[in-house]
Amino acid sequence: MDESIRLQVTRYRPDKDRVPGCQEYDVPLRKEWTVLDGLNHVKNEVDTTLAFRWSCRMGICGSCGMNVNGEPKLTCATFLSDYAPGPVTVEPLGNFPVVRDLVVDIGDFMEKLPRVKPWIIRDEEQSVDDGEYLQTPEELDAYKQFSMCINCMLCYAACPVYGLDPDFVGPAAIALAERYDLDSRDQGARERLDVLIEHEGVWGCTFVGECTRVCPKHVDPAGAIQRYKLKAAQESVKAFLLPRAFR
Amino acid sequence: MSRAVDDLTYRRPVSIWWWTRKRSYFVFVMRELSSIFIAWLVLYLLLFVRAVGQGRTAYDDFLDAAASPWLVAINVVAFAFVLLHTATWFLLTPQAMVVRLRGRRVPGLVIIGSQYVGLAVVSAFIAWLVLR
Repeated sequence: MDESIRLQVTRYRPDKDRVPGCQEYDVPLRKEWTVLDGLNHVKNEVDTTLAFRWSCRMGICGSCGMNVNGEPKLTCATFLSDYAPGPVTVEPLGNFPVVRDLVVDIGDFMEKLPRVKPWIIRDEEQSVDDGEYLQTPEELDAYKQFSMCINCMLCYAACPVYGLDPDFVGPAAIALAERYDLDSRDQGARERLDVLIEHEGVWGCTFVGECTRVCPKHVDPAGAIQRYKLKAAQESVKAFLLPRAFR
Repeated sequence: MSRAVDDLTYRRPVSIWWWTRKRSYFVFVMRELSSIFIAWLVLYLLLFVRAVGQGRTAYDDFLDAAASPWLVAINVVAFAFVLLHTATWFLLTPQAMVVRLRGRRVPGLVIIGSQYVGLAVVSAFIAWLVLR
């Protein structure tokens, strides 16, 4: 028989269970298999009732985030062989309510994201006939890192502040606000600042730094938030010291 | 209550010991805790300055009090936390500050290194002031 590895998977059936339990599955341990491959093996061959989200299998859709051995991970980019001989615990992403088994309710994030207006805001929209908004490679580099976010929410699962205070806007949303603030084509920094200067905005963050550590796309949300704090503080000082005309 | 009557989703409770579960969370909480010891050392320094200002006897009394085992123990612990505070915040600076020189972003290691250089220069000056 092939070598196998044991998955300890959280099960929660809202129609039957009051609290989540754990179910064990032995799956083949193959060099090229990820945790997601293991779960798909279970779903296809062992237990069709197991519920989990996934889509692209290549770390771009951001659907398959789960806690693997307690760490938020994209399961499509997490190899079973790295956990051999096992067992490997697979739990739903932390800090979100569990809908079923490994599926979490992401409604809170979906509600928060548009609050920071993560799109290009112009004072005056240029007409299509005037052509595109041009940008130099340097201007692109200024925000490119933050544009790599795939909304996988691993950062929310890793953030103890969000776990303790669900009103906190959270790492990915703030990083995306920074992404548009740093975009040379954007003029909406003021509008975003009004949202993020609130207590649930950047000031909720205590710089634990876990969001940056778990980010599969190296976005560095913690860095974005601290820079935003600096910006917010400068604005407050300016508002206090300067007459209106000079702000 | 972890499950609302009309909401079938399960909300996992957060234990008050969440910060002991991961090394990085623990270091974070220790870093936050270190602020209390920073405040203590500032207070201690102010009391010391006041004693110096009050003359020879107050200064000697302060030194006697400072030599008590309790105060020595507290200050040793406080100093350890100050080191942690300094090292962790120095380490985090490049993330919070983007420094650009001639259009290029200054690498994080240079920012961290320059803070240590700054610390060394100030410490050397203080040492020279005290020991000369």
